[in-house]
Amino acid sequence: MKVLVPVKRVIDYNVKARVKADQTGVDLANVKMSMNPFCEIAVEEAVRLKEKGVASEIVAVSVGPTQAQETLRTALAMGADRAILVQTDQDLEPLAVAKVLKAIVGEESPELVLMGKQAIDGDNNATGQMLAALLDWPQAAFASEVVIEGGKAKVTREVDGGLQTLDVNLPAVVTADLRLNEPRYASLPNIMKAKKKPLDVKELGSLGVDTTAKLKVVKVTEPPKRSAGIKVETAGDLVSKLKTAGVL
Amino acid sequence: MAVLVIADHDNATLKDNTHKVVTAAQAIGGDVDVLVAGTNTAAIAAEAAKIAGVRKVLTADSAELGQGLAEAFQDLIVGLAPGYDAILTPATSQGKNFSPRVAAKLDVAQISDVIEVVSADTFVRPIYAGNALETVQSSDAKKVLTVRPTAFKAAAEGGSAKLESVSAPAAPAKSHFVDQKIVKSARPDLGAAKIVVSGGRAMGSAEEFQKVIEPLADKLGAAVGASRAAVDAGYAPNDYQVGQTGKVVAPELYIAIGISGAIQHLAGMKDSKVIVAINKDGDAPIFQVADFGLVADYKTAVPELMSALG
Repeated sequence: MKVLVPVKRVIDYNVKARVKADQTGVDLANVKMSMNPFCEIAVEEAVRLKEKGVASEIVAVSVGPTQAQETLRTALAMGADRAILVQTDQDLEPLAVAKVLKAIVGEESPELVLMGKQAIDGDNNATGQMLAALLDWPQAAFASEVVIEGGKAKVTREVDGGLQTLDVNLPAVVTADLRLNEPRYASLPNIMKAKKKPLDVKELGSLGVDTTAKLKVVKVTEPPKRSAGIKVETAGDLVSKLKTAGVL
Repeated sequence: MAVLVIADHDNATLKDNTHKVVTAAQAIGGDVDVLVAGTNTAAIAAEAAKIAGVRKVLTADSAELGQGLAEAFQDLIVGLAPGYDAILTPATSQGKNFSPRVAAKLDVAQISDVIEVVSADTFVRPIYAGNALETVQSSDAKKVLTVRPTAFKAAAEGGSAKLESVSAPAAPAKSHFVDQKIVKSARPDLGAAKIVVSGGRAMGSAEEFQKVIEPLADKLGAAVGASRAAVDAGYAPNDYQVGQTGKVVAPELYIAIGISGAIQHLAGMKDSKVIVAINKDGDAPIFQVADFGLVADYKTAVPELMSALG
C-alpha cells in the first residue's frame, strides 16, 4: 500500500508569533521554522504502518517555497521513502492546497493520504477534508488510532465528548490528531541517509491547477491583551472577591 | 439574502451553540434558517423553532446523519446550498469534520473559527493559536463559515419558525459507522458551563486530579477542564482538554489550578469573564491573565477554598 503524506513548513511551535507593525501578517523573518506538529504525527503513523508491513512506500509531499525541502528532508529522515516539493512562493489557501494535492494523488495513486488535522499557522483545519471531498473519497478526520485491514481503514476519531470509530474504504483521507502517536526524533544516520533519498521538485504552474486566492487579508492584528489582575492572600479573600465580582 | 445555520445537537436536545451561531448569522443579515440533521429531529427542531428571528427550521432524518458521517452532511448541505448566500456551522469537532467538504464541493473558501462578523463578506478569525487575529474579505458568492460559538451571545427565544422536512441523502457507500463512546457526565458541558475548574500537570496523577479538581467542580456546579500537559500525562481524559488543540471555553468564571499557562492553554480560555489562578510559582504566565491570583500550593489552597465556600 502506497501512503501519501502531505507536510507543511510552519513557524516552530515553541516560537511565539509576532504581528508585523504594518498589520500585513505575522513576522516570519529570522524565525525558526519546522515541520507542522500534526504533520509530524502523520509521518510517524505512516512510518509505523511501513514497519508493520502494511505500507509499502511512503511519499511525502509539500507545497511551498524552496526551503520546504528541509521539511521534506525531515520526513525522509523519519522514514519516508521519497519526496515531492510543489514549489511556489504564493501563500496558498487550504482549497488551493487541496487542489494541488488532488493533482499529486492523480499522479501517484496512493491508497491512503495521511495528513495532519491542521497547520498551526493558519489553524484552518480544512485541507484534508477538502481533499477528500474533491476526490470523492471517504474521510476519517481527527484520528487517534488507525488500523488497516481488508481494504479498509478502521479509524478511531476524537469527537465532541468522546471517541467514534469508523470503517472507511480505501482509498481514503485520514487526518491525524494529537494522540495518534508520539513522533520519533530522526537519528543522525537516518538524517545522513535522507540526504540521498529522491526529492523531486515541480513548479506549481506545471500542474495546471487554479490556485487563485478567494480571500483577501484585510489586516492582521494582535488580540486584545488581558491585563494581570490582583494577587489575593488567602482562599477566603478569593471567595469574597469572587462574590463581589458577581461570579459566585 | 438568506443564511443557513447548521444546528448543534446530540440527537436528543438542541445545544446552545446553535443559538450563538444564529446571532452570527443575523450579523450577516437576511433570512436565517436552521438545519437540524440527525435522528429524532422533530423534537430538536421544535426547540430550534423557538429561537427568535429564525424564518424556518429544516429537518433531515437518517441513521448516517445521526452518526455524523461527514459524507452524508456534505451531500445534504450541498443540495440545500443553492437557496443560501452563507452557510454557518458551529466550530465543534463535528462542524469542523464536514464543513470543509461542503466548501470544497461548492468551490469556495472555508473561513474557519470566525469570532466576529464585520460585514456580510468580512470576518475576523484567530490564527497562530490565537496570537494574531486575521480579518479576511471573501470574494466568493457563497460563504462557508465555521463559527466559534463562545465569541457570540446566544440568540433569544420567543420565535415560532415553521418546520419543513427535507429528504436525507443516500447512505454514504464508502464510510461506515462502527461505534461511539461518549463520556456521560452529571456535570455541565465544558463548552457551555458557567464555571470551569481546570487542573494542570502539578496534580501529578489521575487519582490526585480526581481527588482535588472534581470535588471543587461539583461544589461549584462547574465543568472540569484540564491543560494539555495534564491530558498528555494521562491525569485527565482527552475531552477535558482546554486550549487551542482542545476546547475553547469562555465561562463566567475559570479557575486554573496548578496550570502554568502555556500559550496553547491561554488560547483556549483567555476570553473567560473572570480568571482565577492558583499556582505555587508566582512567576507562572497564568498570573499575567488572571484577574485574581493566589500564589499557594494547591494542596493547601484547594481545601481552604472548599471550606471558604462553605
